[in-house]
Amino acid sequence: MTDTAHPAVWRRRTPLAALLIWAGWFALVVLFVFCWHVMNRNTIWEFVWDAPRQAADIGDRMFPPRWSYLPELLVPLWDTLNMATLGTLLGVILAVPVAFLAARNTTPSAAVLRPAALFVIVGSRSINSLIWALLLVAVMGPGLLAGIVAIGLRSIGFIGKLLYEAIEEVDTAPVEAVTATGASRAQVLDYAIVPQVLPAFWGITVFRWDINIRESAILGLVGAGGLGLKLQASLNVLAWPQVTVILLVILATVVLSEWVSARVRKAII
Amino acid sequence: MLEISHLTKTYKTGDKALSDVSFTVPQGQVLGLIGPSGAGKSTLIRCINRLVEPTAGSITLSGEPITGLGAADLRRMRRRIGMIFQEYALVERLTVMENVLSGRLGYVGFWTSLTRRFGPDDVRRAYRLLDRVGLMDHADKRADALSGGQRQRVGIARALAQEPELLLVDEPTASLDPKTSRQIMRLLTEICAEAGLPAIVNIHDVPLAQQFVARIIGLRAGRVVFDGTPDQLTHEALTAIYGAEDWEAMRKGNEEDHEAERDAALRMAAIV
Repeated sequence: MTDTAHPAVWRRRTPLAALLIWAGWFALVVLFVFCWHVMNRNTIWEFVWDAPRQAADIGDRMFPPRWSYLPELLVPLWDTLNMATLGTLLGVILAVPVAFLAARNTTPSAAVLRPAALFVIVGSRSINSLIWALLLVAVMGPGLLAGIVAIGLRSIGFIGKLLYEAIEEVDTAPVEAVTATGASRAQVLDYAIVPQVLPAFWGITVFRWDINIRESAILGLVGAGGLGLKLQASLNVLAWPQVTVILLVILATVVLSEWVSARVRKAII
Repeated sequence: MLEISHLTKTYKTGDKALSDVSFTVPQGQVLGLIGPSGAGKSTLIRCINRLVEPTAGSITLSGEPITGLGAADLRRMRRRIGMIFQEYALVERLTVMENVLSGRLGYVGFWTSLTRRFGPDDVRRAYRLLDRVGLMDHADKRADALSGGQRQRVGIARALAQEPELLLVDEPTASLDPKTSRQIMRLLTEICAEAGLPAIVNIHDVPLAQQFVARIIGLRAGRVVFDGTPDQLTHEALTAIYGAEDWEAMRKGNEEDHEAERDAALRMAAIV
């Protein structure tokens, strides 16, 4: 059977589009080769060839871990956990109103407040926790408080961004239905929007808490207290067996917090 | 009594959804609104409680204007108009009771609603309505634990909790199987008859409309092209509304389509 009325050839792209895509890939390869070249120009190869030996040397000095150092770490560990938890709490308290101001469907003013809220989110996200801590230690002096505020300020952006995206994705039908009953804006928020974003809210919060435990463990490096302070002290005196114990404690804490956050997220969804 | 006169809606895109629609719904009348997709049925129903803002024309309920109301007055007007939706539009993660009580939001203050401490009259009314729609035992279940037909009953109870003077019903049976569709339509018409409540029902299913409503209005491209009793809805009238088609064949194919759609929807749900 021959059908001459309909074309037998079909291409997804026009020849020009296909050519442009190939050109794009080629440009990427060229860029990669160029970057490789730049990267290697300032490398001192003697050090690189030496690296396995150095790594073996440090590894050698790190073992066996000095387990007798463990009791000294319990208070800093507690501080680290508190820093992460209180910092997350501060972040949540500040991020929730920002998220509702930033979401297109809940913002009271798309012209002024929404851009302002988005700016707060971007500002918070653009600065790493370590930099926030560095600034805050300089402003507030060293200690846990600086760490808590640093964690809190960094968390605003993370929680705020994910939460406002969740708010914008709510199903509009219940919102319409609750509006149709004559409910006020606040009541629509309470009955139609909050129940829909609550699972996302808890998921985001626990996820951020999990990240914050990892981050707060190193904030001590810049003087914000917790395990990081011990890490810095041990590194300064080249006490490698102690460093090993600290790294293992951080690893155990992170594994535990991951487990908790996975359980919590499973429970709410 | 609802009076609509010279209602026109033009969307920002320039689409004219309604042009010069006028009709009156007397007390206690259940009116079926039929027409092809895109004829403006949803727009018309949403103009009445101003979920969609009309471009021109006027709407009055018991002589009081709906068009032109300010925000606070519009809220007070909306609580007198109950609405029932195609996909139920319940808040899935709230309990059945919370969904029914949300029909009272226009009457209670923010703190009462936030703390869920509704007054005894509201709670008693909510239980009475759940009893009426046959869901007394499901009050504390989450809405997403119910079947489609049960959810639509909750939707009906929510609208009735407002003690409305008018019901707007948007495709109440579009996501239900033929048997449940009939049950829901029967429940709706019974309730309207009990309370002398006027209702406007958007409906795709012409045979279902003819079986349950007292009056039918046909929309085509935003204009009223038919207004009469179900008996007057002849082949010629249907052609005027929907365009030429073999109506006998369509009537037979109707039930089959419902089954096929439902089957496909179930399969999609399983994939997702």
